[in-house]
Amino acid sequence: MSGDKLKVVGFSEMKVDGRGLVTGKAKYTADWVENDMLHMKILGSPHAHARIKGIDTTRAWNLPGVVEIFTHENVPRIPHTTAGQGYPEPSPYDSFIVDRKVRFVGDRVAMVVAESETIAKEALGLIEVDYELLPAVLDLEEAMKEGAPVIHDEEEAHVIIPVPYDPSRNLVARVDMEIGDMEEGFSRADVIVEDSYYAHYAQHCPVEPHISLAIPDPDGRILIVTSTQVPFHVRRITAQALGIPVKRIRVIKPRIGGGFGTKQEILLEPAVALAALKIGRPVICELTRKEEFISSRTRHPIKTVLRTGCTREGEITAVDMHCLSNTGAYGSHGLTVVCNCGSKVLPLYKCDNVKFLGEAVYTNLPVPGAYRGYGATQAAFAMECNMNEMARKIGMDPLEFRKKNHIGIGDTSPIFEALGEGGEGVPQSVESCGLDQCIDRGAHEIGWKEKWGGNDGDKKIKRGIGEACLMQGSSIPKIDMGAASIKMNDDGSFNLLIGATDIGTGSDTILAQIAAEELGCRTEDMIVYSSDTDMTPFDVGAYASSTTYLTGTAVRKTAAEVKKQIIKVGAEMLGVSEEEVMVEDRAIISSETGESVSFKDVALRSLYMCDQHQIMATASHITEKSPPPFAAHFVEVEVDTETGEVKCLKYVTGTDCGQAINPQLAEGQTEGALLNGLSYALTEEYIFNDKGQMLNPNFKNYRIYRTTDLPEIVSFLVTTHEPTGPYGAKSVSEIGINGALPAISNAIYDAVGVRLTKPPFTAEKVLQALDNKNKF
Amino acid sequence: MKLNVRINGKDKSFRVGPEEVLLDVLRREGYTGVKRGCRKGDCGACAVLIDNELFNSCVLPAMSVAGKDVITIEGIGTPNALHVLQRTFLEEGAVQCGFCTPGMILAVKALLDRNEDPNETEIKEALDGNLCRCTGYVKIIKAVKKAARSMREVGE
Repeated sequence: MSGDKLKVVGFSEMKVDGRGLVTGKAKYTADWVENDMLHMKILGSPHAHARIKGIDTTRAWNLPGVVEIFTHENVPRIPHTTAGQGYPEPSPYDSFIVDRKVRFVGDRVAMVVAESETIAKEALGLIEVDYELLPAVLDLEEAMKEGAPVIHDEEEAHVIIPVPYDPSRNLVARVDMEIGDMEEGFSRADVIVEDSYYAHYAQHCPVEPHISLAIPDPDGRILIVTSTQVPFHVRRITAQALGIPVKRIRVIKPRIGGGFGTKQEILLEPAVALAALKIGRPVICELTRKEEFISSRTRHPIKTVLRTGCTREGEITAVDMHCLSNTGAYGSHGLTVVCNCGSKVLPLYKCDNVKFLGEAVYTNLPVPGAYRGYGATQAAFAMECNMNEMARKIGMDPLEFRKKNHIGIGDTSPIFEALGEGGEGVPQSVESCGLDQCIDRGAHEIGWKEKWGGNDGDKKIKRGIGEACLMQGSSIPKIDMGAASIKMNDDGSFNLLIGATDIGTGSDTILAQIAAEELGCRTEDMIVYSSDTDMTPFDVGAYASSTTYLTGTAVRKTAAEVKKQIIKVGAEMLGVSEEEVMVEDRAIISSETGESVSFKDVALRSLYMCDQHQIMATASHITEKSPPPFAAHFVEVEVDTETGEVKCLKYVTGTDCGQAINPQLAEGQTEGALLNGLSYALTEEYIFNDKGQMLNPNFKNYRIYRTTDLPEIVSFLVTTHEPTGPYGAKSVSEIGINGALPAISNAIYDAVGVRLTKPPFTAEKVLQALDNKNKF
Repeated sequence: MKLNVRINGKDKSFRVGPEEVLLDVLRREGYTGVKRGCRKGDCGACAVLIDNELFNSCVLPAMSVAGKDVITIEGIGTPNALHVLQRTFLEEGAVQCGFCTPGMILAVKALLDRNEDPNETEIKEALDGNLCRCTGYVKIIKAVKKAARSMREVGE
């Protein structure tokens, strides 16, 4: 099809679910109305590390309206992971629905089910818990030391794939890789830059918090309606955690109020399902914003020690990256996030000598999980700062330095094969790359030539320009699978059934566009139904930047098969062979006579008139590759040298996501991601006390960006054609969040000559750095 | 307690508890376009118009709106008859997950009702209480400008 003029793909069509969203009619989980519904509230631990010696629920039980109370004493103790990943999960089985030990402030102690949320909440206060306090470890380097408190001392904690896991040392994961000769690489370097970078805790902050509803049915099955990115993993892991067969569970994903990774987690579903099965009534649980911050999931804080060397001519001779990841009290996504620190960052630049060590460690802090960017955010921060430093040291323009070294079309990187997501990767070479265009146009937009390296002299407020180049992947090769079914209706419309999970990204829309393009009809002809484990084919879900590339190809394959069936009937009707027709605008046309029959004619004939059959198909897709999208980010900041305040004036992002299926939605992904990144770099921060308690679990004190924080934003797409993607598409959803940390750090350096490595880059930290600089 | 209130132009009467907040009453009575995001008045997902002014209904005692005029997203337009604001939000790609959208659209309505030609700063200030984590606000602001323009043209 490449070369043909696209008619649907590449156009910014309106979201297929848009009317419901803008009128408030779309149903989210909280909008499912069930009679007789009960409410669950969860009692969180006040201690970072303690053993539960006893729980007295008598007083809570005496409260009228309390229906059930669950503690470790009456819940099956089945180890599982809460990470919504494919089977076998690379995350350790170290979680229970509720346990006899608590491992962070907010960890689950008990669940109360009551006639109302108010009663359930009141009952929580009446539960008396006798804790045996244990020493807590809040620092990841302390957690690795000999004699540190062991957070998972239970014998059940284990991994189900052959990877290093040693809970007796709080070690959740370890992955290493080395290519070339590091010693030689560094000996050839004229310049060596080494620094440590500390990407910090952050929460995804979807406006809709986690919420799950379980509805028992008379046949012993249970329907779970839940705000999730991974309905099929919810089904499998809930079944596992409850010890019941998968067939007894149906999961429906309604509209989702944002995810960003935090809903790639099986958190509430097993608890509400357990309760609904036991009580025989629907049970709903919705986290408060405070619970969302404390006890859902966060970004992994990662310390990256990065040592890199290059020659005076700008050849990178050695890269040595060590990532130490704090995976909090449970190891959800511990291994895979730290793997991605290497695998989604190191291949960007060509270098013969590369070493990577990733380690993930338990601490008694809130639990990180998947978060947009997924390791690349943390490690790109280090890499892009070092790139900037190396360029400065050899006197080369940092953009020229990157252009000289970045991977491009036809290039491969040994990293692709050496390091994947959880273990080894797959070899691949780059078949599409628009990074140079991203750099050139972005540099123009920010005024790089005129402004970078400028000197504001004695001015109190100084300006600086910063930059970052990025890559990500498109799905997890050879692991992720997406599938689709398409069924033709009487009027020539189609049902498109997909397990892929639209969490606001617009995937329902772009998948409909792909199907319509392939079939030769319009987006409005597609009736999209996504994510119902009883009805739609399997899909791993919305993560790993996979839906467009992976499920998009499954949809295209399915549509091609359906089209064949349509052509067969149409050709019969026209009395010509299947080779003598073409399909265009909902019709099959004889190439010779121009005579045509419409899709509707074909549908009516196939359903009612002759050789009756249902025109439909299902196809699956796995990928052999994970082609990287590329991006260049630029930022201009103002630094007040007296107060330390950093103000972002302008942010420019150029992204190569291949052929955007829907450019407006693709831009929306990059804009949302970059603003989240910017907010992370400048204001978002978990503040803990020395007991491991988060002190600011609300939007007043954990500041996410608002409209009034917005700088001028320029976002553009550079169109390339990825031959392995549907209509040339690659991924776009994650990459945009990775640029702000390094770009801002580089811009601050450009403005005032200090290197900030501990975000968020608050006024205090900048001032401190300026003071230190002035001392020497 | 009995709450008499006008919702989306219709007189209504509800039984409410003394502690109940407006958000919970509205959702219970079927106005589920009003969303619950933070329960603290910090995010704007539950915003409604009360006598044409924007309020976060999650922190407002239900009884405080007795005798007033409440507009929820359900009173702005329907899927078959979108308000120009709703249509423009869709055209401009200002909607991703849609959870903040009802509150956001009401905030824009409150703004445009008092200022038919707001500049960018005024738009940003008016939407400052409505958090959106999906869009980066870029397309929302664009949509507001465009909607204001078309509303001025047709005098809506």
